[in-house]
Amino acid sequence: MRLQKNTLLALYSVLEFAANPERQVAASEIARKYRVSPHHLAKVLRTLGRAGLVGAVRGVGGGYRFAGNAKRLTLMDVIELFEDISAPRRAPAKGARRRTEAGASAAPHEVEEALGVVLAEIDEIAKATFRSITLATMLKLVERRRNRDG
Amino acid sequence: MIYRKKSTDAPAGEGALRVRGAQPSDLEQVIEIDAGITGLRKAAYWSEIMQRYGSGRRQRFFLVADSGGRIEGFVIGEVRDWEFGSPPCGWVFAISVRPDARLAGVGARLLEAISASFRKLGVSKLRTMLSRDNNLILSFFRSQGMMAAPFIPLEKDLD
Repeated sequence: MRLQKNTLLALYSVLEFAANPERQVAASEIARKYRVSPHHLAKVLRTLGRAGLVGAVRGVGGGYRFAGNAKRLTLMDVIELFEDISAPRRAPAKGARRRTEAGASAAPHEVEEALGVVLAEIDEIAKATFRSITLATMLKLVERRRNRDG
Repeated sequence: MIYRKKSTDAPAGEGALRVRGAQPSDLEQVIEIDAGITGLRKAAYWSEIMQRYGSGRRQRFFLVADSGGRIEGFVIGEVRDWEFGSPPCGWVFAISVRPDARLAGVGARLLEAISASFRKLGVSKLRTMLSRDNNLILSFFRSQGMMAAPFIPLEKDLD
């Protein structure tokens, strides 16, 4: 499962907000930190806002504030807002499904299907991983790595 | 060396919960907790587990979280030596907490207690394996700092 840029940006943003739930964080601050355009980030934040994960605080000193439950919200909950994770892998081309005689080399659809099984296996492991990691766990992981490296 | 006799008293503010070695008299509550979660009452299985893990055997641990006589949860594990070339490590193969006692740190206390028992045997790695659909327990282990291990479980149908 390869995550799109918007999805990664959403994960960075939501982790920023969840790390400081009491604080209003300006979108420009996140945009600077992760070197993305404020315009691009605004679209991502709108999606997070519609999902109820962040709330916008208007006016001077406004920004966004975390509105979810970091102990319950998983990485997958955020990813699903931006990716169609149920999308099936590409089916073999029409007409490719011809029966192959025993002993003959494998037909294209047979190779594609076998490879699809392996790729689906990888996807399932990735999904299980994203489903099992909450934002709170992710923040602890960041903290542990910071302590280890520092 | 019998670590099972030792107990971990709750820190102030966490009630009377203490983690101690399982006793035969705990078995009925353990069976009840497991049956409540899995829907299967496996009395014979748990009797055997008690015999194998609950009698002070070296390298095997069956711990319960006891709150004034009420068993809130349990954890079972053992030290496994040189499995698939791996240096001795602590394996947790069961952990359960009553649904109405969750989100209170019982599971964390149990895992910490069994980890301490493993450490005393010189083990520095904790491992477990569970279904990737078991999101509740997967999330719990993740929250305790566990990461993917350098192993891949494999299986096949035996025709």
